[in-house]
Amino acid sequence: MIGAPDVLASSPVRLFVSRMPWMNSQTLPAFSPQTVIEFRHVNYTLSKRELLNDVSFSVARGETLVLLGRSGAGKTTALKMINRLLVPSSGEVLVEGKLTTEWNPIALRRKIGYVIQDIGLFPHYTVAQNISLIPRLERWPADRVQRRVREMLQTVGLHGRTFEHRYPHQLSGGQRQRVGVARALAADPDILLMDEPFGALDPMTRGEMQNEFKAVERHLGKTVVIVTHDVGEALVLGTRIGLMEAGKIVRIYSPHDFVHASDPMAAAYMAQLRVYDEAKGEK
Amino acid sequence: MSPIEFFLRHHREILQATLEHVWLVGLTMIFAIAIGVPLGILVTRKPWLSKPILGGANIAETIPSLALFGFLLPVPWLGGRADRLAIAALTLYALLPIIRNTSAGISGVDRAVREAARGMGMTDRQILFQVELPLSFSTMLAGIRIAAVLTIGIATIAAAVGAGGLGEFIFRGLAMVNDQLILAGAIPAALLALVADSVLGVLERRLRPVR
Repeated sequence: MIGAPDVLASSPVRLFVSRMPWMNSQTLPAFSPQTVIEFRHVNYTLSKRELLNDVSFSVARGETLVLLGRSGAGKTTALKMINRLLVPSSGEVLVEGKLTTEWNPIALRRKIGYVIQDIGLFPHYTVAQNISLIPRLERWPADRVQRRVREMLQTVGLHGRTFEHRYPHQLSGGQRQRVGVARALAADPDILLMDEPFGALDPMTRGEMQNEFKAVERHLGKTVVIVTHDVGEALVLGTRIGLMEAGKIVRIYSPHDFVHASDPMAAAYMAQLRVYDEAKGEK
Repeated sequence: MSPIEFFLRHHREILQATLEHVWLVGLTMIFAIAIGVPLGILVTRKPWLSKPILGGANIAETIPSLALFGFLLPVPWLGGRADRLAIAALTLYALLPIIRNTSAGISGVDRAVREAARGMGMTDRQILFQVELPLSFSTMLAGIRIAAVLTIGIATIAAAVGAGGLGEFIFRGLAMVNDQLILAGAIPAALLALVADSVLGVLERRLRPVR
């Protein structure tokens, strides 16, 4: 049942579909209004290299799917298909029931927040200008923009008005990443995509940011897709974990199942974490 | 007669020639920027055009200036008036640094910044005008600065085809073996170049994006 959210497990639609063998979710994932993002047999080939191979999954509203895998597993490629920075070579990607290729790419991206590891804050814009970028492009009235900037700074834990007028180069790495998250959330998108969002931070700051982000995410109830190679991050943030390897989704786990999974790759990831436990045990 | 006395006695003519010179260089720069900046942007958008455009500008750069003035002489509309001819030739020289620096400035914009801009739903036009151009102003200006200094120097040769300017004194001085006449053209031209260089240099530093 790849892609079926737990809340739907017993819904009438689900039961109905599961009784129809030809509509088995392996061949055609059932559409439901709760499904926000859906991949159907997606392949992506770039100069004869197959970066994604028959990837199918779906993400339900309010869920946080973590794509976990090593570098080159195709996580970022998959992520970029959701906001149509890439288009599948074959197969379909649907956002809110509509093919990404049918969406106007600008309209699609404006409703999807996007956070990348290198953040990409505009160096010539102040913090306030960076955060308000999309609201201003969407021509919100000035006072609403200003209120929104303050609200977002609060949300990501940057208190005090002094931040608004600073430039990115005057901030620490953690603060910059907070501004990046604030910018992605500013236009109140339904979907948030994050590519190694906390990857460039030191471990302490990263841990703090993960916990804070988790609280924010619970509060806002966005549909989130996060790409990471950090198991700890996957377990802290994900409501489901999609394990990727060599352009394929190996399996999608709940965090609980992932911890106890017998699959060798999941077990290998867990073994990494156990190193810490053992170190703790020796003390 | 000392050079200073000479300058004082002929200050009117020298000023007149300097103004002509500034006029030639100013118009050249306006044309070169109006043509060079869009070409520089085009090169970053259509990489396959980069070779022909930069190659063409490179070739123009290698033609000896006196020869270029000569080449353009038979061109119908241009050959008709010396100042048109001079400005056309000078513009060709000024193009290369402007095109090259515009494209270098835009390509130099941080990949993450461009990706974030695109991923957040900025249109190509918005990315160009709100992100790429503001972030490459200082590099573009460095190219304009090189072009301006270059043009001030080469513009003296425009006097050979009768376009006026400070080169007038230099050519006359050479013909009459009169050092003071040569200096009357060379010194103001050098000063003009220095002034243009420092003014544009200050602007360039002021526009340099913070990192």
